[in-house]
Amino acid sequence: MRETVSADNELAELLGPDWVPVQLLTPDGDRVAHPDYDPWIADLTDDDLVALYEDLVVVRRIDTEATALQRQGELGLWPPLLGQEAAQIGSARALRDDDFVFTSYRENAVAYCRGVEIAELMPVWRGTALSGWNPFDVGMATPAVIIGAQALHATGYALGCQKDGVDSVAIAYFGDGATSQGDVNEAMIFAASFHAPVIFFCQNNQWAISEPVGLQAARPIAGRAPAFGIPSMRVDGNDVLAVMAATRIALDRARNGGGPMFIEAVTYRMGPHTTSDDPGRYENPAEKAEWAAKDPVDRLERLLAAAGLLTDGVRERVASRAAAVAAELRAGCLGLADPEPLTVFDYVYATGDPELERQRSQYSAYLRLFDAGQFGDAS
Amino acid sequence: MTTLTLAKALGLGLRRALEDDPRVVIMGEDVGTLGGVFRVTDGLQADFGADRVMDMPLAESGIIGTAVGLAFRGYRPVCEIQFDGFIYPGFDQIVAQVAKLHYRTAGNVRMPITIRVPFGGGIGAVEHHSESPEAYFTHTSGLRVVACSNPQDGYSMLRQAIASDDPVLFFEPKRRYWVKGEVDETLDLPLHAARVVLPGTDVTLVTYGPLVSTALDAAAAALADGISIEVIDLRSLSPVDFATVEASVRRTGRLVITHEAAQFGGVGAELAAVITERCFEHLEAAPARVTGFDTPYPAAKLEEHFLPDLDRILDAVDRVLGRQNSLTGWVASA
Ligand SMILES: Cc1ncc(C[n+]2csc(CCOP(=O)(O)OP(=O)(O)O)c2C)c(N)n1
Repeated sequence: MRETVSADNELAELLGPDWVPVQLLTPDGDRVAHPDYDPWIADLTDDDLVALYEDLVVVRRIDTEATALQRQGELGLWPPLLGQEAAQIGSARALRDDDFVFTSYRENAVAYCRGVEIAELMPVWRGTALSGWNPFDVGMATPAVIIGAQALHATGYALGCQKDGVDSVAIAYFGDGATSQGDVNEAMIFAASFHAPVIFFCQNNQWAISEPVGLQAARPIAGRAPAFGIPSMRVDGNDVLAVMAATRIALDRARNGGGPMFIEAVTYRMGPHTTSDDPGRYENPAEKAEWAAKDPVDRLERLLAAAGLLTDGVRERVASRAAAVAAELRAGCLGLADPEPLTVFDYVYATGDPELERQRSQYSAYLRLFDAGQFGDAS
Repeated sequence: MTTLTLAKALGLGLRRALEDDPRVVIMGEDVGTLGGVFRVTDGLQADFGADRVMDMPLAESGIIGTAVGLAFRGYRPVCEIQFDGFIYPGFDQIVAQVAKLHYRTAGNVRMPITIRVPFGGGIGAVEHHSESPEAYFTHTSGLRVVACSNPQDGYSMLRQAIASDDPVLFFEPKRRYWVKGEVDETLDLPLHAARVVLPGTDVTLVTYGPLVSTALDAAAAALADGISIEVIDLRSLSPVDFATVEASVRRTGRLVITHEAAQFGGVGAELAAVITERCFEHLEAAPARVTGFDTPYPAAKLEEHFLPDLDRILDAVDRVLGRQNSLTGWVASA
């Protein structure tokens, strides 16, 4: 089996010091200085740090609650983001409301940051609808399950922003596995060719289901973008500050006509790929334990504690917010009614279609006879 | 003779193919350590090595496209597409390259590639995990498109597909993966042949893949009503063994076709047209189709409506028999 790219040091020797992921916050909660990245988060107040901590705790709770709902049979499936909270929160909190987000299925923390109603996270996983929220309400497209498709969508959206002369930016989130898809590579080519204001945000969580990142990329993924003409950054994905700084750098550059940028957030998927997955068949317990020690939530918690910002009041407030969100999630999930049968025909075309209407009315007649108990006793 | 689930029977077919022919290689996402998300390739990498059972980077076009190159080099690749809805990124390689190379090179280049695709709904999955994309491929000449419906066929048809010098799109009904049946490794029915699964005299009911067992249930229910249904498992969706269907319809005079895929342009449309052309004077009624609706595959909580079931099939049987049905309306019986 191939190695995962945990041998950062070895690769750093090959590729130079830039390939060691940028870190501003150590696992022990120490703040490390970085001349290029520090200025981009210099404005963060104590309250901002506490708010980021609250985000991290709340989205972890969303994940726990949803996983529990799946285990209780209330959700068909759930893709946990455990371990990836900082990568999602740090980047999403750097965005402006008029930026637009294109993700795959695991970015529920990003959705939370965009202001998606908690209950709207549920229909897709409960199977009551194919999408939860209106993309235009929150500046975030419906998640793409087809790996990598959204990278092209983000690039196209960015082209639109460019044509419209606005300084909004599009961001595409995808995994390390997705970088093998043609779509992601084509997106980088198009973005570079047109200088599109798009950010490619790769959460390298080391796995594509059972396949380690080494199967998708023989070198750090961030090394691929420069060859397309897109500058890239490699950051510690469990460090919310580094991720936020990197995303702000990329956003600022894109807003000011600098074109696309690629961020590789190096993190780890601590849970299964989805609740249907059996990671026991492939994961490496030692490697996982190593990453557990780099937990993104603990890290910020240590910083706040050392700075005296983690008062009882703060702890209580964060805990009660997390509990409230979890309760909202549960209630929202359990409150989702099964869709009416005939809605299966809704929204196929924006303008309707007589032949489909015919199928609908035939099925409607069928259901009515069925309901009236007329099948079975007719002869 | 052993009793196996469909998934295990397919795994056994792959195992035998790897044993028998060193040029067979298995390629796909998560087919190695994990044994595939449905565990069809379970244990194969451990026994045959990562050279023969290859976890591939996450790119369907890459998987199929490199299989083409391997075939040029004399290999017989068996590609696994993880779910039906993920075959589209590999579509261009399949329909523009795999399907046409033999024709384009006047037979000089063979493409003995098998592409395994778990297909169909009924497992409550999220989007892109329950589709029936077979019609896209039946419309492309040069491909053999087949669907198995039980462990025996899963085993034998997969062996034949891998042995075939033509490229084969091999559809596996994922909601039947865990259903058990007898497997005789020596049993063989040609890959292109349809099978009369249940003889009958009143109506010919043609289907394939996941709905074969539903069709058999419908036939059993109809029999209780005194109606004798002949159930045919098409097995090969392209080319189609029309002779078997024709012979049956000549006897019964009535045809019902059922599949999960949407109706318009589906395999059922072609069957209805061909049988009408060839058996017009034998037909007592217009053929009837029971299919998925002409909508995208819906959210899981609606799939029981989208998918043909026993009652919808019996309603169509009533239709071709001229009995009261949901289209004619129900006249209160005297
Ligand atoms: C085109 C396509 N092929 C296969 C799949 C099945 N699949 C779902 S997730 C996944 C792995 C994705 O890995 P990665 O891109 O690293 O993202 P992660 O799940 O780790 O966030 C695969 C193979 C899919 N959804 N789409």
